[in-house]
Amino acid sequence: MHEHDVIVVGAGGAGLRAAIAAQKAGADTAIVTKLHPVRSHTGAAEGGINAALREGDDWELHAYDTMKGSDYLGDAPAIETLAQDAPEDVIRLEHWGMPFSREEDGRVSQRPFGGLSFPRTTYAGAETGHHLLHTMYEQVVKHGVQVYDEWFVSQLAVTDHDDPEDRRCHGVVGYDVKSGEVAGFKANKGVILATGGPGQVFDHTTNAVSCTGDGQAMAYRAGAPLEDMEFVQFHPTTLPSTGVLISEGVRGEGGILYNDEGERFMFEHGYANNEGELASRDVVARAELTEVGEGRGVDDEYVHLDMRHLGEERIMDRLENILHLAEDFEGVDGLVEPMPVKPGQHYEMGGIETDENGETCIDGLYAAGECACASVHGANRLGGNALPELIVFGKRAGKHAAGEDLGEAEITTGRTDETEPGEVDSPVSLGAVDTSDEDVAADGAAIEGESVVEHAVESERERVNHLLEKDEGVQHAEIRERLQKAMTENVNVFRNEEGLKTALREIRKAREDYQDVYVDDPSRTFNTDLQQTIETRNLIDIAETITLGALARDEFRGAHWRQEHQERKDDEWLKHTLISWDEGSPDLWYKPVVLEGENKTYEPKERSY
Amino acid sequence: MSTQETSAETEDAQPETEPAGSSHQDRRMQEKRERQAERDRQTEADAEAEAAENTVQIKVFRYDPEVEGKQEPRFDDFHVPFEKGMTVLDALIYARDHFDSSLTFRHSCRQAVCGSDAFFINGSQRLGCKTQLVELEEPVRIEPLPHQDVVKDLVVDMQHFYEQMEAVEPYFQEEDLPDAENLEEQRQDPENREKIKMSSRCIWCGACMSSCNIAAGDNEYLGPAAINKAYKFAMDDREGEDLKQHRLNILEQEHGVWRCQTQFSCTNVCPKDIPLTEHIQELKREAVKNNLKFW
Ligand SMILES: Cc1cc2nc3c(=O)[nH]c(=O)nc-3n(C[C@H](O)[C@H](O)[C@H](O)COP(=O)(O)OP(=O)(O)OC[C@H]3O[C@@H](n4cnc5c(N)ncnc54)[C@H](O)[C@@H]3O)c2cc1C
Ligand code: SF4
Ligand code: FES
Repeated sequence: MHEHDVIVVGAGGAGLRAAIAAQKAGADTAIVTKLHPVRSHTGAAEGGINAALREGDDWELHAYDTMKGSDYLGDAPAIETLAQDAPEDVIRLEHWGMPFSREEDGRVSQRPFGGLSFPRTTYAGAETGHHLLHTMYEQVVKHGVQVYDEWFVSQLAVTDHDDPEDRRCHGVVGYDVKSGEVAGFKANKGVILATGGPGQVFDHTTNAVSCTGDGQAMAYRAGAPLEDMEFVQFHPTTLPSTGVLISEGVRGEGGILYNDEGERFMFEHGYANNEGELASRDVVARAELTEVGEGRGVDDEYVHLDMRHLGEERIMDRLENILHLAEDFEGVDGLVEPMPVKPGQHYEMGGIETDENGETCIDGLYAAGECACASVHGANRLGGNALPELIVFGKRAGKHAAGEDLGEAEITTGRTDETEPGEVDSPVSLGAVDTSDEDVAADGAAIEGESVVEHAVESERERVNHLLEKDEGVQHAEIRERLQKAMTENVNVFRNEEGLKTALREIRKAREDYQDVYVDDPSRTFNTDLQQTIETRNLIDIAETITLGALARDEFRGAHWRQEHQERKDDEWLKHTLISWDEGSPDLWYKPVVLEGENKTYEPKERSY
Repeated sequence: MSTQETSAETEDAQPETEPAGSSHQDRRMQEKRERQAERDRQTEADAEAEAAENTVQIKVFRYDPEVEGKQEPRFDDFHVPFEKGMTVLDALIYARDHFDSSLTFRHSCRQAVCGSDAFFINGSQRLGCKTQLVELEEPVRIEPLPHQDVVKDLVVDMQHFYEQMEAVEPYFQEEDLPDAENLEEQRQDPENREKIKMSSRCIWCGACMSSCNIAAGDNEYLGPAAINKAYKFAMDDREGEDLKQHRLNILEQEHGVWRCQTQFSCTNVCPKDIPLTEHIQELKREAVKNNLKFW
C-alpha cells in the first residue's frame, strides 16, 4: 500500500496544477496516472487560454462573456472565480517559462476567439496545450512530486454510508499497467480526480483514445452526482476523416467558412449576422450541419475552412501547426487549398459536481478539469476557457485538499433543500443490472482509513481476476464500437426524442452484453485488453448519463438542441441536471442555477452573435 | 468448452513465474495462457484467410515474457482492410480490435502530439499515427524502437529516456514569482521566442534516441532529446546569464554534447522536424565560448 497526504489521479493540466499547489502547500503529494504525464490529452489543445490581462479588458467582462456563452446555465460564483484567478495563474505560467507567443514589445500575445468581447486568448502558436502541459510537468519534477505513471486507477476507496454525503474517500485502487500489480493508494488528506473528459463515448471525436471518462464514472458509482452531462460540445472544425481538431484560432485569425456553392454561409444564410465565423461553437456547428442537410455541403459531408488569404507569413507565425495537421491527417495543403471540416465531439461541459474549491459531496474527494463540473461552462463552453479552468480549479483543489482555508464555498453540492426530483419517460427500465462488482468499496460504514482501501483493493483484485480468467464471452471492442455508433447517430448536434430513446436502448443493451465481457489476453504484462475492458464499462455509464439528461431536458439551450423543443425555457429549465448512481440504476434530480454574482445578478438574455 | 475439461488436459503444465496469487488461480491462468497460444496460431491462419483484395499486409513484432508461444520473439501477419488516409496506427488498432485483442502498443492522441507511438516502421523510427500506409512498401514491418528493452510486443521501456530528459534540470529555476498585486509577465523578445520555438516542440517520443548510434553505445550519453531540452532553456533569455552558465556546465560534462558525432540520424527521424544536430552543434560552440571565458 502506498500512502501520501494528497493523491492526484491524472496528470493533464488540471492534475499537474493540483499537484504543484498541494505540494507547495506542504502536503506530501503523489500523482497516479494511466499515461506518462507528458502524454496527457491537454497536450493536444491548440488555440489558447483566456485571461483578462490588458487595459480595456477586465475580469468582469470575461465573466459576462462566459455567462452569456453558457446560455445562463453557468454558476456565477464559479465563473467569477475563473475570471478573477485566470490572470494571475496565466502570468505564473509565463514565469514558469511557458513559451507564449509574443508581441513586438515582448509582452504575451492575445487573440480573438468565438464569443469573446475582447481579444483575451493568450496563446503559444497553435500548440498552447503542449506548452502548458510540459511547463507544468517541469514544475512537478522540480517540486519533487512523486509520479506513478502507467498506473490505471480503477476504483475509489470510499465508505459505504447510506447517504453519499456521509461518505468519505480514503484513497484509490491502482493497477500497474506494466506488471499487473493491483495496489492501494491511501490518501491521508484527499483524493483529487483530474482524469479528463469522456470523448470516446462518441466515434468522431477530437479527444484522445485515453479520454474514457474514468474519473467521472468512478465518482458516479461512488455516489457523487454527475452534473449537466447532456451538454456535449461539438467543435465545428474537425477534419472529416480523423476528427483531428483545426483550432478556432484559424477563425480567430480571420479564417472563413464556405459551403459547396462558395457562399460565406454564416452571413449569407443568416446564422450569425454580426459575428459570422466567430459566433460561439454550438451556433457554428449547427450552421454547418444545416448547410450539409440542405444539400450545400461539400461531398454531402462537410464544409470548407479557408485561411489562404491570411498569407503564408501570418499562417507560419501563428498557425503553423494547423498546416501540419491538415497535411498529415487529411492530405490537404492549407496554404493552397481550403481545408475540409465538420463538427466533431470535443468537450464534455458536464462532470463530477464540485463547488468552487473543487470539493464534491463526498468528504475528501475532489475533482478538477474537464472531468469536473464547477459549472463554469454551463450549456456551452467558450473556446479558450477550458485551459484557465484547469489551472484555476486545479490549483484551488490542490490547496484545499492540502488543508488550506479557501473560505466557505457558495455553490452547494449533494442533495439539499433546494434540489428537486426529476423524472424521465424512458423506454427502458432503468432498474439495476448486476455488474458483479461492488460500487462503493467499504462493506460497513464503520470501517475507516486503511481498511477501506484494503477492502477496495481486495474487491478490485477479484474483479480483475474474474475478467482475466473468464474464457469466452463478448470482447469489449465489440461493445464499445456499437455504443460509440449509437451515440454518434442519436445524441449528436441535433437530437430528438426518438433518437435519444434508441440510444438508451442501445446503452441498455451494451450494459447487458457487458455482463458477459471477457479479456482474451491472459498476460499480466501491459495488458491493454484488460484496461480497455474496464474503460468500456465507464463509457457505458457515461453514455447513459448524457442520454438520460438529454431526454429529460425538453428545451433548446446551448449545445443541447431538441427538434421538438426549439426554445430556451427559462421558467422551467434554469436548473442543473444531476444524475447519481443509486444501487445500480441512475437517479435523476435537479438544482437551481446560481445567477447571483459578487456585484450583480446575471439576467438571462437572448444569445445573438 | 468448459473449464473442467481443459484443466484435466493440462494437469502437468509447466509452472511459470508470475505475480503472487493462489495456486488454484495460477493454474487456471496457466491454462488460459495455453489456450491463448493455441488461439493465436488460429488467429494468424484466420487473418491470412481474410486477406482479400483491398487489404494491407502488416508484419508486427510479437513478444510477451509471460505467454507461452510468445516468449520467443516472432512476427505476426495481419491483413487489414485498407481505406484512404489510413495510418500505421489505424492498421494496428484494426488488427487489435478485430483479430487479436492481445496485440499491445502505446497510443493516445492520434495526432502526433502525445509521443506514445514511436515504432520502427520499415526500418525507420516514426510515429505510427503520422505515417500514412500508402507511403510504405508492403508488407509493412512494425517493430518496437531499437536499443530499448521490449516490455511486450511494440511497447518499450522508456525509463532510461525519461531519466535522461530529467537529468538536464529541465525547468525554470527562478523562484521569484509574481503575486496578485504585481501581475507582470517577463518580457521576451519575439526573436528570442522564435529561437527556442523548434526546440520547444519535443513530444518525448524517443525516436531520436533510438536512432542514435552513440546513445546505443554509451548508456550515459544524454542523447539528442535531452540536449535539445537543455537547449530550449539555455537559449531562453528570460532566465539570465547565471543559469545559462549552469546549464552549459551540465551539457559540457563527459557524456554531454561532445559525444555527438553529427551523424544526423536524430534530425532525420524527429517527427517534429526539430533540427537536433544543429542545436547540439550550436551548444558545442557556446560551450567553447564558455570555456574561453572561464578557464
Ligand atoms: C484537440 C483539442 C484542442 C483543445 N484546444 C483548447 C484550447 O485551445 N483552449 C482551451 O481552453 N481548451 C482546449 N481544449 C480543451 C482542453 O484541452 C481540455 O478540456 C483539457 O486539456 C482537459 O484537461 P484535463 O487536465 O482535465 O484532462 P487531460 O489532459 O485529458 O488529462 C487526463 C489525465 O488523467 C489521466 N487518467 C485518465 N483516466 C485515468 C485513470 N483511470 N487512472 C489514472 N489516470 C487516468 C490521464 O493519464 C491524463 O493524465 C482542447 C481540447 C482538444 C481535444
Ligand atoms: S526531439 Fe524529436 S524525435 Fe526526439 S523525442 Fe523529441 S520529438 Fe521525439
Ligand atoms: S498517438 Fe499520440 S503521437 Fe501518435
